[in-house]
Amino acid sequence: MMHELVNRITRLGSFVRSNIAGIGHATKMFITVIGRSTGLLKRFRLVSDQVFFLGNYSFVIIAVSGLFVGFVLGLQGYYTLNRYGSEQALGLLVALSLTRELGPVVTALLFAGRAGTSLTAEIGLMKAGEQLSAMEMMAVDPVARVIAPRFWAGVIAMPILAAIFSAVGIVGGYLVGVPLIGVDSGAFWSQMQGGVDVLKDVGNGVIKSVVFGIAVTFIALYQGYESKPTPEGVSLATTRTVVISSLAVLALDFLLTAVMFST
Amino acid sequence: MSFARGKLTAVMGGSGCGKTTVLRLLGGQVKANSGKVLFENEDISLLNNEGLIKIRRKMGMLFQFGALFTDMSVFENVAFPLREHTPLDEPTITDLVMLKLNAVGLRNARDLMPSQISGGMARRVAFARAVALDPPLIMYDEPFAGLDPIALGVTARLIKEMNNALGATSILVTHDVPETFGIADYVYFIANGKIAAEGTPAELMKSEDLFVRQFIDAQPDGPVPFHYPGKTLQDDFGITGAAS
Repeated sequence: MMHELVNRITRLGSFVRSNIAGIGHATKMFITVIGRSTGLLKRFRLVSDQVFFLGNYSFVIIAVSGLFVGFVLGLQGYYTLNRYGSEQALGLLVALSLTRELGPVVTALLFAGRAGTSLTAEIGLMKAGEQLSAMEMMAVDPVARVIAPRFWAGVIAMPILAAIFSAVGIVGGYLVGVPLIGVDSGAFWSQMQGGVDVLKDVGNGVIKSVVFGIAVTFIALYQGYESKPTPEGVSLATTRTVVISSLAVLALDFLLTAVMFST
Repeated sequence: MSFARGKLTAVMGGSGCGKTTVLRLLGGQVKANSGKVLFENEDISLLNNEGLIKIRRKMGMLFQFGALFTDMSVFENVAFPLREHTPLDEPTITDLVMLKLNAVGLRNARDLMPSQISGGMARRVAFARAVALDPPLIMYDEPFAGLDPIALGVTARLIKEMNNALGATSILVTHDVPETFGIADYVYFIANGKIAAEGTPAELMKSEDLFVRQFIDAQPDGPVPFHYPGKTLQDDFGITGAAS
C-alpha cells in the first residue's frame, strides 16, 4: 500500500520534472535558433526559397477553406442579422469575423496540418537519414542552415496566408450574400469599409498570425529535430506537431484576444 | 589505436561493438569520457564549437547510406561543402563538382535527385561530396553495407584510389572481410570495447587468435557465442540428470 503510494508520487514527480525539462530544452533551442539567424540576412535566398515551398504547400488548402468559410459566414450571418433587420451589415460581420479571428486561427490550424507536419517529417527524416550529422561533419551548423531558414519562412508565410484566407473568405461571403441572397451590394461593401479599423481589426489579426507563425513553425521544427531517428519516431513527432500546435494556437488566441480586447 | 598518415586503416568488428563510435569520437560528435582523441596534436574532446567547425573542415566523412541531402540534386549535394566553405565563383564550383563527379563516374547523373538514384550511386555521390574539399582525413562508415557485388567492387576501388591520389589518411569502419582485406594497409579488430587484434591483412589472415578466426571464417559459434547468454537449455526445459 505504502509502496504503491510512493511509486505514484515518484511517477508524478518524474512526469512534472521531465515536462519542465522539456520546456527548458525547447526554450533553449528557440533562443539558439534566433541567435543563429544572423547569417540569414546575407543569404536571404535560403529563407525566400522556404517561403515559396511553405506557401505552395498550403496555398490551395488555405484558399479553398477560406472560400467555404466565407460562404458559411455569409449564410449564417444573414440568418442572424435578418432577425434584427440589419442584413445590410453582413459585409461588416464577414470582414470582422475573418480578419480578427477566423483568418489567423483557421489558417494557423490548417498550416499546422499541412506545412507543419511536412516540416516535422522532413527534419525527422533528415535526422534519420544522418543528413544532419553529415552536415555537422561538413562543419556546417544544421540549426543555422536548416532550422533557422524554415523557421523564419514560416513566420513570414503565416500572415500572408492568413491575409489570403481572409480576402478569399470575404469574396465567399459576398458571393453568398449579394448575388445569391440579394443583400444590397453597396451596403455590403460600404458597411465593411466604414466599420473595419485598419489598426485595431486588421492589425491585431496580423499580430495574431505572426505569433501563430512563430508558435506553429517552431513546434513543427522542434518536434522534427528532437524526434527519434526511426520511422515510428518520425510518425509520432508528426502527430505531436498537430496536437501541440493546434492547442497552442487556440490557447494563444485566447490570450491575445483577451489582451487586445482590454486595450 | 592510431591511424598512420596517408594510409588506409580499417576498423573491424561485429555489429554494435562501437566501430562507428570511433568515427564519431574523431568527428567530435561524441565526447570521450576518458582518454584522448588526438588529431594533428589537438585533443578533439576538448574543442569548443568553433574549434570543432575548424577541424571538421579537414575531415571528410562518408556515411553508411550516403546521407545525401534529399532536397538537393546530385550536383548541389557535391557543391554544398564548396558553397559553404569557399568563396569560389560559380564557374569554378561547377568545374570542381564536375571533376569530382567524373572521378566517381556520375558526371551525367548530376541533375538527378537522390530519390532517383540507386543505393550504390548514392554512396558514390556521397563519396564525391566527402572529398569535395580534398580533406587530409577521410572516414568511411560502413561503405559496403547493402551494396550489390558490382557496386561493392566499385566502392572498394574508389576508396583505394582516393587514398592513393589524395594522399589522404583514410579510416574505414566495416565488417566486410574480403573487400577490406583487399585494400587496407592496416586493420584493427574491436570486441568488447577493446582492440582484440591488429595487424596488416596478411598477418591477420594467418592469425591463430580465436576471435579473428571466427570473424574471418564467418563461423557461427566461437568467442562470440551463437546463443544469447542466460539460462542453459537444460534449465529452461527442466531437464535434470541428462548427460550433457
